Amino acid sequence: MSGYFKELISGTKSLFIGLGITGKYFFEPVVTLQYPHEHLEMTPRYRGHIELIPNEETGEPKCIACGMCQKGCPSGCIEVKGEKREGVKGKVVTKYILNFTTCSLCGQCVESCKFGALRFSKEYNLASPRKEDFIFDLIEKLKEKS
Amino acid sequence: MPEWLRVILFIIFVLSFAGLNAAYLVWCERKGAGHIQRRIGPKEVGPFGLLQPLADGAKLMSKQLFLPKGVDPILFMVAPLMVMVPAIMSFCVIPFSETFVAREINLGLLMIFAFASVNVLGLLLGSWGSANKYALIAGARCVSQNVAYEIPMLITTITMVMVTNTMNLNEIVRSQAGWFIHWHIFRLDMSLLMPVSFLIFFVCSLAETNRAPFDMAEAESELIAGAYTEYPGMGFGVFFMGEYANIVIGCALTAILFLGGWQAPIPLNFGGFLGVLWGMSWFFLKLYALIFTVIWIRWTYPRTQFYELLNLSWKVLIPISLFNLILTALQIKIFPWL
Repeated sequence: MSGYFKELISGTKSLFIGLGITGKYFFEPVVTLQYPHEHLEMTPRYRGHIELIPNEETGEPKCIACGMCQKGCPSGCIEVKGEKREGVKGKVVTKYILNFTTCSLCGQCVESCKFGALRFSKEYNLASPRKEDFIFDLIEKLKEKS
Repeated sequence: MPEWLRVILFIIFVLSFAGLNAAYLVWCERKGAGHIQRRIGPKEVGPFGLLQPLADGAKLMSKQLFLPKGVDPILFMVAPLMVMVPAIMSFCVIPFSETFVAREINLGLLMIFAFASVNVLGLLLGSWGSANKYALIAGARCVSQNVAYEIPMLITTITMVMVTNTMNLNEIVRSQAGWFIHWHIFRLDMSLLMPVSFLIFFVCSLAETNRAPFDMAEAESELIAGAYTEYPGMGFGVFFMGEYANIVIGCALTAILFLGGWQAPIPLNFGGFLGVLWGMSWFFLKLYALIFTVIWIRWTYPRTQFYELLNLSWKVLIPISLFNLILTALQIKIFPWL
């Protein structure tokens, strides 16, 4: 009989403690991220698709279109073209197409670039129902960014 | 005011009150659930998600009223109404303020309990008519649950009737006039176990309205959607509205019996229109505080096992409420001047 009342009292008490915990949570600030309206900053070593690094003074890409990334790419998803211009040392990149549908983000292109002109971007909002949306013109992307 | 106009105005008031409550309690429920789980809840449709109930309603109404194969068409269609209509009927004896009552009936309390038990019949008929085994299990559970919880609820109600000497809801509220210590929950001189009877009544009203942690009618983790499994569109919507109307009735009864209904916590009363507003605001404050507690409880406790649920009623609530009944009777007999 005493066990019955003991259980009853401790049970009722535990129910009120439970209410206290959820009641406390009710007034605490929310912890969720409102995703389409807010974005999370990706971690430093996150690998998004590659992007061209601009020259800090001119804003033009550092890339000299040597084509090492294109050669190093195991999936063959990079296409680079450049031309020689008057008064500029090395070549100037005129076309840099990344076919992201076949890219495996292995990073060979970034490693093989001797001029530090390529890096992984932090871009991750890349959903589309069309295949063509994943063929990126990286020069265009660089212009959009600046 | 002529009688017919009064009746029409009250019908409009009660219907819109029940409908709006059903719609916006869902919103409160989702917001409450969100914040208890440290989310925001609905926020996209309208400011603070306030138009969400309208969007949900439009979606439910635009769905086809599909009759699955093998259902009993009459029972299937009538069942949601049998949950909704009694709940709305019960609103006509609830005193929102001293003068704001549709009908002040001497047996108001009895009438509410009479209509409240029809609710279970509606659920049972709906689950029987659906020709679905999950629905049927839910219906059977629901009936035994309601039978079990109606007993302690009615015993507690009898205790309250003994204390107040009336079944007229407005009279019960009037007997709690004055400072808030005159509310029945604090009247230890009438019955030593008054706060316990309040708890028993509140728990039973949760069980009677099939709310978590006693939501055996739905039990979505075990029985798909319980008694509502086969219901499409507005059939389900009406069940849902009935459920929320029942919650409002249960909380209103708790407020009237134990928390002084429309009485303010201080002995201050006004006449005329101001008095109606004053009474109504206190009544609604208590009502919605209780409803918030119901929502809070739902998002705190997991659903009880069915055996535990029956154990709680037959082994705990019924013995205690019977003891309480005897104690109160003795107290009234021995100290009749209190």
